Amino acid sequence: MTITVAGNKKEYEEGLTVAQLIEAENVESPLYVTVTINDEFAARDDFETLALKDGDVVEFLYFMGGGAD
Amino acid sequence: MAIKIRLHSSDYDKMLEHCRKGLPNEVCGLLGGVVNGEEKEVKKVYLLTNIDESNEHFSMDPREQLQAVKDMRANGYVMIGNFHSHPESPSRPSEEDKRLAYDPSIEYMILSLAEEEPVLRSFGISKEKEVSIHEIEIS
Repeated sequence: MTITVAGNKKEYEEGLTVAQLIEAENVESPLYVTVTINDEFAARDDFETLALKDGDVVEFLYFMGGGAD
Repeated sequence: MAIKIRLHSSDYDKMLEHCRKGLPNEVCGLLGGVVNGEEKEVKKVYLLTNIDESNEHFSMDPREQLQAVKDMRANGYVMIGNFHSHPESPSRPSEEDKRLAYDPSIEYMILSLAEEEPVLRSFGISKEKEVSIHEIEIS
């Protein structure tokens, strides 16, 4: 199947889960990453079971935050 | 060669206005642009919502973040970095800023409003959490 990851078309086998994609894409600091699929935010609890489909558009968004001393 | 960031004065003004309007809270945003070697030019500033609504910490609205990332890509820009304000403290990364800085390749700008004159500085933060100051040229 073909999915778009961060703007790039990629070929992956059917049934790939979000967790497997995170590993395959060597996403750094995955605990700080939010995932959207077709502009919908995926629940972290579903990463292990949520399978991607042909044509899906995936974005990885790093948590950005901080604070003053 | 040292890293240098070019920032248009109109974009600086947008950032400053966003920071002042957000008082007493911290505000935040993203910086899209182009990279030429050690020189980074900010082409577009994205003003984002601090969903923490706090004057001590910030978290970017992920929906706005998504829109900004898509807009950058559509315009051929890359993520130069992000910025946030320190309403009452100097322009330097806090321990929390450093802890949450995941990407050593981007700029972490902090605009301090602690003194009468605003202070904007840009920092690189390594994976070991070492901080380096990068020159900003506003023109």
